[in-house]
Amino acid sequence: MNWEEYRVGVNRGLPVGMGYFSVSFGFGAMAVSQGVKALDAVLISATNLTSAGQFAGLTLIVAAATLWEMVLTQLVINSRYALMSLALSQRMGERIGLLPRLFIAFFNTDEIFALAMAREKPLTVPFLLGLGTLPFLGWTLGTLCGALAGSVLPVSIRTALGVMLYGMFVAIVVPPAKQNRDILAGVVLALIFSCLFAWAPGLKTVSPGLSIVICTVAAAGICAALFPIKDEEAAA
Amino acid sequence: MSIYAYIFAMALTTYLIRVLPMTIFRKPIKSRFLRSFLYYVPYCCLTAMTFPAILSSTASMLSGAAALVVAVFLAYRGKSLIVVALSSSAAVLITEWILALV
Repeated sequence: MNWEEYRVGVNRGLPVGMGYFSVSFGFGAMAVSQGVKALDAVLISATNLTSAGQFAGLTLIVAAATLWEMVLTQLVINSRYALMSLALSQRMGERIGLLPRLFIAFFNTDEIFALAMAREKPLTVPFLLGLGTLPFLGWTLGTLCGALAGSVLPVSIRTALGVMLYGMFVAIVVPPAKQNRDILAGVVLALIFSCLFAWAPGLKTVSPGLSIVICTVAAAGICAALFPIKDEEAAA
Repeated sequence: MSIYAYIFAMALTTYLIRVLPMTIFRKPIKSRFLRSFLYYVPYCCLTAMTFPAILSSTASMLSGAAALVVAVFLAYRGKSLIVVALSSSAAVLITEWILALV
């Protein structure tokens, strides 16, 4: 084990870990406010390590959805990780074997992926594991603190903290939508579909999890057909 | 159904999505449509999850709307993820305080 490489990875992961702590605090508070036990919320965070997927998963758990809905929702929401793992896999090269890949894959979130791809030197196993360490701890401990503080905090504070996750989603979507007309088109389409599923008669009987899947596949599918990406975007 | 069945299903699905491309598929996706589709997925998905759900996530639709407006404004101005998230949270608190007073 090259500890110098590990240390570099841990240092680079620090800001992400801090960010994850505050966001997962919101997740923990929200989970408890919807009737999930504190330790179960921590278990969700420790085994999933994904914001959007956990958030949707929580909605499905509360709505007592089927397991197939859960699997399908995670597949659609987290399908972007498949692309990231693919890109990261090529960047890692042949030197990194199967066993470390089984661990590295677990930590492949949007932010860790971005940091890994931005590394100026060839990627090593200790560096990648170091990168994942603080984000994982931040995400898990933040959930625990949010869940514990959540159950003693008044409802108004808890709902306010829960809104943080939506705030984070907005912060992820708006800047690229501002820069890129094609992404903006996808966002507007998703907005229209999502409103139809919330308010149109007939469509609003569709469960929340399934409607997210349908809205995403429809909006992303239409955009992929109308505005296919150029090669440099795919590599980014 | 037990919550552990759900947690197991979501953790396993998420892990397989991450681990399979990293261990099995070493070649890049060739289909331009599929690559484009995956490129748009996160934005469309996060949007569909946020709106209109954010409006019904708080005690009053007004506070949810305030959170959304504040978040979109700050994100448009290029503020960081944490600033945007905390500010939308503060918007909910302040709006609900005001609503309780009137």
